[in-house]
Amino acid sequence: MTKKIKNLNLNFGPQHPAAHGVLRLILELDGEVVEKADPHIGLLHRGTEKLIENKTYMQAVPYFDRLDYVAPMNQEHAFALAVENILKIDVPIRAQYIRVMFCEIGRILSHILNVTTQALDVGALTPSLWGFEERETLMTFYERASGSRLHANYFRAGGVHQDLPKGLEEDIAKFCETFPKIINDLESLLTDNRIFKQRNVDIGVVTKEDALDYSFSGVMIRGSGVPWDLRKSQPYDCYESLEFKIPVGKNGDCYDRYLCRIEEMKESVSIIKQCLAKMEKGPIKSLDGKISPPPKAEIKQSMEALIHHFKLFTEGYRVPKDEIYTAVEAPKGEFGVYLISDGSSKPYKCKIRAPGFSHLQSMDYLIKGHMLADVPAVLGSLDIVFGEVDR
Amino acid sequence: MKNLEDLEKKINSELTTKINNTVIKYNQIYIETDKEDIIDVAIFLKTNKDTKFRQLIDITVVDYPEQNQRFEVVYLFLSHEFNQRLIVKYSIAENEVIPSLTSIFPSANWMEREVFDMYGVSFQDHPDLRRILTDYGFEGHPLRKDFPLTGHSEVRYSEDQKKVISEPVKLEQNYRNFDYESPWEGTKYIREEIENNDKKN
Repeated sequence: MTKKIKNLNLNFGPQHPAAHGVLRLILELDGEVVEKADPHIGLLHRGTEKLIENKTYMQAVPYFDRLDYVAPMNQEHAFALAVENILKIDVPIRAQYIRVMFCEIGRILSHILNVTTQALDVGALTPSLWGFEERETLMTFYERASGSRLHANYFRAGGVHQDLPKGLEEDIAKFCETFPKIINDLESLLTDNRIFKQRNVDIGVVTKEDALDYSFSGVMIRGSGVPWDLRKSQPYDCYESLEFKIPVGKNGDCYDRYLCRIEEMKESVSIIKQCLAKMEKGPIKSLDGKISPPPKAEIKQSMEALIHHFKLFTEGYRVPKDEIYTAVEAPKGEFGVYLISDGSSKPYKCKIRAPGFSHLQSMDYLIKGHMLADVPAVLGSLDIVFGEVDR
Repeated sequence: MKNLEDLEKKINSELTTKINNTVIKYNQIYIETDKEDIIDVAIFLKTNKDTKFRQLIDITVVDYPEQNQRFEVVYLFLSHEFNQRLIVKYSIAENEVIPSLTSIFPSANWMEREVFDMYGVSFQDHPDLRRILTDYGFEGHPLRKDFPLTGHSEVRYSEDQKKVISEPVKLEQNYRNFDYESPWEGTKYIREEIENNDKKN
């Protein structure tokens, strides 16, 4: 007697702890093997691009924090660079080091979250408890510089909002001394862990060719053996004057991507140290009064400062008609801003290129033929944050 | 090609009539082409040994409602080999169907779905052209300039019907778009209101 076997359709998410947010994944299963995956995204769509078109350039910055909300300042960086390029203004050297330093802090924030939650998805609880303590320390650095743990709104076209408060540099330097030990502790839990390896090695393999075809970037392309990092190949701000290595994987599986992230954290610590050593006292934003708001104390004394303050916070600065695409190496990959200005004080169009969007798109290709239990492992190693995928 | 000027020459000499205009600025090449030629241009850029633009970074559309050819379609390419970026553009009218690049770059799939969702531009030969970012059953194309910022409908839970319902947007106060450029004459919406009152009287 033969029985008819029908494939099973399974809804994974949108309320699933391993979906890393609000992903609805429709899986077609043949037994336990995934035949097809159809990600439904957009459950966190907030119309960021539409809102930015209706805000001044300065008001647009906070929207970038809310894209990839585990590494907010990296996004702000891309927007600030785009506006600076069109306005043709120079960023003071101290501001460049501050920005790069906070971008690397953002990279560590993002990688800790990703590595530890990926471990959580495959069954290891402890790494997340250890890692989140460090994230908390890093977020207090964010708070001390910008006033906010998460949504910093700290970078401006032409520099940063405020100088670092007293003592912050020393505390970040102290953190750089203690943090490598924490990475080693995390590694001792995971890198040679039998269960972790069984769940990740040879899972979700991406070949070099496919990584290019699917527009992968960041760790996703480096894990497959392509040595490509925008900080090296198209350096922005002061990355040219810093020394760091680009970790590259061999096999393109989930485990290699995990190793890349761990090594990148170590490199980031070294970059932060170099920034702290090279940072000198000086201005932290462009001195052009038509772009940077004046210090509060000056407003009470100087007529010109008062006028600048008023004009900047009502109309905002105007940006000449132009178009530009700038990209930065965000923790998750190439984060780009395609900005079109029309001479007014609001962007005509601001297209945001989020790395997670193209990574998640390849879900069907990555998971086909794998077991259902591999879905969280692959999803974890893609490093998806829905703030940026859905925009 | 190592250098942007050489690349510009190469593209112009190889593709000749398919290219309408090329500009170099900000270390990137901006190319204007036509809707009919985009497939050929994309294949050339991807496969030629001197260009090797293997990655399609993004596809987007810019809306210029006052123009005859309302939409400008923009493709961003990246060549790892030569470390160069290239932007290809062409204009189309509303309701024009444009060719899909999914057969050349698999990553174009979602990018084109997003363009379709946000601007309502349709693609020929796209394997799966559905909305992607907006809600199931959403109407309209939000990134068009004539789509209001507040949208058309809002969603709430109805205590009477015991389910989530969608109804037209009701604003307690008009959305205020201040016109900072001429503060002495008052903003546009106030002027319009004064004129309307004058007419009524």
